[in-house]
This record gives sequence, structure tokens and C-alpha cells, in this order.
Amino acid sequence: MSNLFDLLVAGLATGAIYALVAVGFTLLWQTSQTINFAQGEFVMLPAFLMLAAMHVGAPFWLAIILGILLSMILLGLAFKLLLVDPMMRHGVLPLAIATMALAIGIKEAVKQFYSAEASPFPSVVPTGDISILGHAVSLQSIGVLVVAILAVLGLTTLLNRTSLGHQMQAAAQNPTVARIIGVPVERMILLTFLINAFLVALASLLITPIYLAKFSSGEVLGQAAFIAAIVGGFNQVRGAIAGGLLIGVLDNLAAAYVSTQYRAAVPMIFLIAVILFRPQGLLGRAEERTV
Amino acid sequence: MKPTLLVGALFTIMTATSAYAQAIKLADVAELSGGGATVGTNWKNGIDLAVEEINAKGGVLGRKLEVTHADSQSNPGVARAQVQKALDGEPYVLLGPGYSGSVKVTAPLAAEAGIAQIMGGEAAELTQQGNKYLFRTSFGQQSSMPKVAKYIHDEMKAKSVAVIWVNNDFGRGGRDVVIKELDRLGSKVVADLSTEAGQADFAADVGKIKAANPDAVFVYLNEEESARILKELKRQGVTVPLMGETTLIGQKVIELAGDAANGARGHVGLTTDAPVDLIKAFREKFSKKYNYVPDHNGLKGYLAVYMVKATTEKMGKVDPKKFADTLHGLTIKAADEPGILMDVTFSDTGDIDRQSFLVEVVEGKQVVKQVLPKVK
Repeated sequence: MSNLFDLLVAGLATGAIYALVAVGFTLLWQTSQTINFAQGEFVMLPAFLMLAAMHVGAPFWLAIILGILLSMILLGLAFKLLLVDPMMRHGVLPLAIATMALAIGIKEAVKQFYSAEASPFPSVVPTGDISILGHAVSLQSIGVLVVAILAVLGLTTLLNRTSLGHQMQAAAQNPTVARIIGVPVERMILLTFLINAFLVALASLLITPIYLAKFSSGEVLGQAAFIAAIVGGFNQVRGAIAGGLLIGVLDNLAAAYVSTQYRAAVPMIFLIAVILFRPQGLLGRAEERTV
Repeated sequence: MKPTLLVGALFTIMTATSAYAQAIKLADVAELSGGGATVGTNWKNGIDLAVEEINAKGGVLGRKLEVTHADSQSNPGVARAQVQKALDGEPYVLLGPGYSGSVKVTAPLAAEAGIAQIMGGEAAELTQQGNKYLFRTSFGQQSSMPKVAKYIHDEMKAKSVAVIWVNNDFGRGGRDVVIKELDRLGSKVVADLSTEAGQADFAADVGKIKAANPDAVFVYLNEEESARILKELKRQGVTVPLMGETTLIGQKVIELAGDAANGARGHVGLTTDAPVDLIKAFREKFSKKYNYVPDHNGLKGYLAVYMVKATTEKMGKVDPKKFADTLHGLTIKAADEPGILMDVTFSDTGDIDRQSFLVEVVEGKQVVKQVLPKVK
């Protein structure tokens, strides 16, 4: 069925973006027990930073670089120093609530200082399509998939194949022991925040040409990524990737074969089923769960 | 020194109060944020422009217009609360909202208060419920959809049509009328797809359209969703003719969808590209003031204020109770009141009759292909 093939490609492309956002989610959780409910808004904001850069005359490529750098400063460094660090000592829940407040703050700020209206956003991938197995597949979908896969591959290589990655994993798994053997735990945690900021900026760059730049566009993304992270396993990077792809495909299939009205409900039902029957997530490890 | 100051202050307060008493109060409730922000912002700017113009020329019957704006957040519940609040301030006329769903829940409040409501909603049912105080600024779907169906059948020669609509009062109303008309004319509806307001991802819906393989697609969504689906249709390589209403080929949609909007056609009750001199002048004034080209909602807001002016001048006095009665059956000619832009007649139900246009997007610009005359 040609329709099914198209749906799978479109679903994988959306899912790959969910995966990027979900990976950031799990990284923050593993290293610092931060559940970032502003993750969706973190995806929305970089697009506006890039638009602002273009507005003052920067060409698109420069705007992308500036947007990513600014995101890493604001959503990585400043987020950690100004919100996570002071709130952390009060526990996981107050921090989670603080991130919810941050989400509202970011949304309202964009609405106030930019506009409540949607804005167009240029695409890094040219429009047009190529033929795969006799099916016309859009370059945009392929582009999104390729960039997302490269980002995830890069991240897993960093985590598993480099000394830095091993130190990060040690800091995440047992900070006390890591400290004893000389891992700079604080710096490792900061690094995960910067990586998260980089991933959300990348997701923003990929998704905004399709969804348009709008202050409220983070709501859907944040929710999808959160579900993806839980479904895949909150304590596993590979779980978040699988969860993201799965939710993307499921969402598209539900819209096509169930009904558009219930498309949002299907991933939710799936989420409930996972929580009931496999609470550690599809690829998660049960023993590591602390909540 | 002190008594002088006191007298000065008193004098200032007195003059301020007397100016306040003289001003004609209009209350606007519009979609200034949320999904309808494009609609509401254009509507509001249109209103402000008209008020500024009228006040600069001495107001209406020598009294200044004064307008307040409230944000419905594109949410019918909020709209209802805002309209109640606006009515508590006893305005002369209520302007807005733009979304049909919000109009539906607020119209009974205005009717109960006996205040005329000039709004932007286009759902067919709005003026079919015997409300004596509700007035349109644009065509209702019962006037526009038959023209659309006829064009799809006669001009596009489409034997099979996919209809994709947004699941709210506006979308459902249009879908019901257009499907009935297409059936009557003999064009088969091969896909009937509902989508959600604010939907971001249209990949699955476009997949269904492709699977149905129609001769033409009728797209009836709000502006932002229209832009997203146009991009997705292009992304998935759908090349069949696209037909819609104003919401498919509006300025904002063209800006958001870029070259994906090229080739889309739509029936338009109002467009700033109309080959009408007064509309061209309006467009110029609006673009100069706000630095962007308005869509039809800008025109609607502008017209709403001039409807107030023309009706009040016809009555010869400011009488909120008689306002609705006077506007029913009234024909306003552009020659007498240039602000009304085109000759218009209001029916007893608050519907309008006016000439309309068939527009195609060519290289990012609305091009009027046909002028469709007034019905009566």
C-alpha cells in the first residue's frame, strides 16, 4: 500500500524530531534528576532566536549558528545556573513545577515580544522529492531523518566511545563514586545541559519550517517528547530514540486509520498501557528507576 | 497658589468628563492571541484605522468614536466573558468576535442587552437563529459555498472532490453546505476529512487525499492550518487543483506557505487585491500605518466601523436601541459613504449582499480572475 509507505516515512521524520527532544529529556533526568516540562518551549524558542538574528540582517546560515549558540547559553547554561541549581536542593517536584512555570514564561514572553501570530521559517532542506522503491519521498522528510540520525549517532558515539562520554555516564550513574575517582561531576552535568540545548535547537531548526514558528508550538512537541521518553524508558538514551520514532509513526497511523479527532488520544492510550504493563519503558532498565 | 491648582484640576476633570460623555463608545472583542491571532489582529487594526479616520474628520454626528479592545484568546469561553464585560460598559455597538464559535456563544448576550453586534463570523447558522441584533461584515457560508461548488463543478470540471475541513463551527458549517451543493451538481465527494483546529501535522491527512485521488481538493481550514496543509500538499507532491475560500488564499497564508500557495484558488467576499479603487486606497493607508498588507479581516474590521457611521447618520441620532432596526434592509452606497468601499445591502437576518471575487495565487500574489456580481 503506497499510502502506508508515505505514512511511515512522514511518521519516522516527525518521530526523529520527537526522538531528539526526548533524548534531551532523558539526559537531563539521568544526570541531574531534572524533569524539564519546558522542553517543548525549549524547541520553540531557538526558531525565534534565529528569526530575530535574521531580522537584524544576519544571513540564514549565520542565524542558525547564532541561534544554536544563544540557545546553548540561555537554555543550557542560564537554565542550569539560574533555575535548576537553586531549585534542586528543594527536591525533584519543586524543580519540575519550576520548569512548568518557565514554560509559561517563555511562551508568554515570545507572544509579548515577538507576536502571537505564526511566522514562516526557511527550510534547511530544499523542497522537492526523490524516488525510493518507486515511491516519491519528499527531500524534507529525508533531510529531517538524516540530520536527526546523525545527531543521535554523534551523541551515542560521544557517550560510549570517548573518555568524556564515559565520565558523563559515571557522573549520571553514581555521582559519589565518580567524584572519588576524579570525574568533574558538576562540569559533566553542565555538559549534558549544553547538549540538551544543542539538541532542542536542532529539533527547532528541523520542525519549524513544517509547523511554522509560533509561541504555542512547543506544547504539542513537549507532550509528544515526554510520552516518547516514558514509553521508551526514561533512563535510556536508546529508549528515548525508539520511543520518539514509535510515537511519530503511531501518531500518523492513528490520524490516517483511526480518526483525526482521536489521533492525540492514541499515543496517550499507548502510554497508559506501557505504564501499566511495563513501567520501566520498552527499553528501560527497571533497577535504575528512582521514581 | 493652592486654590488655583485645585480649580485647574477640577477644570481638567470636568472637560475630560464632558469629552468622555460625548464620545460614542464601541467595544471590540477579538482573537488577539491564540489560533485566531491573524484574524483578530487584522480586524483590530482595521477598526483602529477607521476610527482614526472618522475622528480626524470630526467624528459621527459631531461626536468622537472611542473603541476598547479585549482579547478572546480565540477561545469561545473567554470570548463570552469578555463580551459580558464589554456589555457591562454599555457600548453603543459591539464589534467582533471573528470566530464563528465565539460569535455563537456571545450573540445571545448582546441580543439580551439589546446591543447590535457587528461580527466577522461566517458560519451559516449564525444568522439563521432569529437573532435581531447580529450583523455580518462578510458573506455567510450559505451565500459563498454555492458559488464555490458551482466553480468546482463548472470551471474546474471536477467529477470527484476531496473535502478537508476544520472541526469547529466555521468548518462544519462550510463543509455541510458545500457537500450538499456538490452532490446537487453531480460532483462526487470521494474524501470527507475533518482536522483539528491548531493541528500542526498534516502528513496523514494529505496521505488520505492522495489515496482518494480526486480531481480537485476543497480546503476549508483556518489560516495557519491552511498554510501548513499547503506546504504538506507540496511536500507530498499533490498537484490537483486546490479550491478554497478566503482562508486558503489570504495574505497571511501566502506569507506563511510561501511558494506552496501558488496555484491555489478561492472565492473571496473581500480582498485587498480587488480591482476597486476605494479598496486599493484602503490597502495603501493600512499598509502605510501598520507596515504589512492586510487580509480580508482588516477590511472587515474597517467596514464594521463604517457600518456604524452610515447607520447612525441615517438615523440622525445616536440611539443604540434603534440601531439594529435601521441597519436591517439598509443599502449603503460607496458613492455616499466611501468608507463602505463597495455597495452593500443588509437583509432582515443581518446577512449581506455584495459583489465578490474569484482569486488565484500567482507567484505569491492574489490575482482576481473573475468578479461575481451582487445577487440582487
